[in-house]
Amino acid sequence: MLSEADFIALWTTLKLATVATLILLCIGTPLAWWLAQTRSRLKAPCEAIIALPLVLPPTVLGFYLLIALGPAGPVGGLMQRLGGEPLAFTFTGLVIGSVFYSLPFVVQPLQTAFASIGTRSLEVAATLGASPFDRFFTIAVPLARPGFLTATVLGFAHTIGEFGVVLMIGGNIPGATRVLSIAIYDHVEAVDYASAHWLAGGLLILSFSLLLGVYSLNRHIAVIRP
Amino acid sequence: MLRLLRLILIMWLLCFSGIANAAEIRVAVAANFRFASEALAKQFEQATGHDVTLIFGSTGKHFAQIQHGAPFDVYLAADELRPRMLEEDGIAVGGTRFIYAIGKLVLWSPHDDVAATLESRLGRGDFRFLSIANPTFAPYGRAARQYLQSVKLWATIQPRLVRGENVNQAYQYVFSHNADLGLIAYARIKLPSSGTVGSYWEIPSTDYDPIRQQGILLKDTPPARAFIAYLRGEEARAIIESYGYTLP
Repeated sequence: MLSEADFIALWTTLKLATVATLILLCIGTPLAWWLAQTRSRLKAPCEAIIALPLVLPPTVLGFYLLIALGPAGPVGGLMQRLGGEPLAFTFTGLVIGSVFYSLPFVVQPLQTAFASIGTRSLEVAATLGASPFDRFFTIAVPLARPGFLTATVLGFAHTIGEFGVVLMIGGNIPGATRVLSIAIYDHVEAVDYASAHWLAGGLLILSFSLLLGVYSLNRHIAVIRP
Repeated sequence: MLRLLRLILIMWLLCFSGIANAAEIRVAVAANFRFASEALAKQFEQATGHDVTLIFGSTGKHFAQIQHGAPFDVYLAADELRPRMLEEDGIAVGGTRFIYAIGKLVLWSPHDDVAATLESRLGRGDFRFLSIANPTFAPYGRAARQYLQSVKLWATIQPRLVRGENVNQAYQYVFSHNADLGLIAYARIKLPSSGTVGSYWEIPSTDYDPIRQQGILLKDTPPARAFIAYLRGEEARAIIESYGYTLP
């Protein structure tokens, strides 16, 4: 069965995924909206940067984060000068890593959703006197609902599935940086297959349920939409 | 389509027969023994013409992989327990187990410091993170835990203890200045070529079980046997000692 350490790892993982997803939605929504609307020459470079975590091995991100978050790195050094502490081996450090790592999984569905709304309904609203702010919240956001659902679930699930980055910048501290994927790795290394099965099987079912939920719901929304 | 499949099958078989013909010896090496094993492999290759491929990792990981049929010929572990278990399970070749090195645990800082200061820093808690190898499956991590338990720091130090996947990652965490101190293998910092970097304090050998690193033959082939025999010879022993290990 699961040990107390495993439950702590589960809690850390869920906390990490929740915090990272909330931050990702805050950053990703304006970013995706801008990408969907803009004709700027910066669009392609921005899209390429956001998509990088899809193609780069997590070790590349982990390596750069390890250097950047450490006391000698730009981020860690800044934190120290501000009276804080460097970020490697901390929960905050993992959150930063996860935000980078899962960014495309949140931005891309949102961007697609915003783009598919088209300009017509927004223009109609504009002629009726709706402010840009108004148009965004009363038209774009409701119409992009399936995109928000997909982005939230993918961002959450992908953060739960993170391994390489955490292995490099986490340091395996129970309660702070020891997440489920690391706990499973530890169990396998220690040849404790019973515990590994419990965690791996649980994660498999959770991930499948999340994805099944999002695909079913999206179909449902697509059907009832005029 | 069928012809393509047949072609792929032939290529595949050719690949494997190629591996079987070349005298390649795959050695699973405990992370702490990395540099010594590279020097040893080089000398052995020059003397015999065989190819030695070294695969580094934690002793526990290699153990799990070997149990599941990893294609290694020789296993150089960082403890006695796992080679013995493989021998008892009949996975390794019986009667080939031997101690190839005895390791030392040190407290290390990348800065120039006085050895006694390091010990008191640990005792006072004057550090942010202490880096060790994972005690569950890395022998140097186990030794580090034994030492921390013997000085009654294990329980209080937990939130500031970072665990590397193996002793090299534990070293790397300190090297990159993300952790201030590390309990690591002396061999990781004692390189014959460059000397010792930073400062270290040798952990009293009474505070942890001796790290007797054993090797064992996994596949009984003449080249693999030759490699084991070489490791037990005088030349190899001199190299091993030059990397900071002792020998029985």
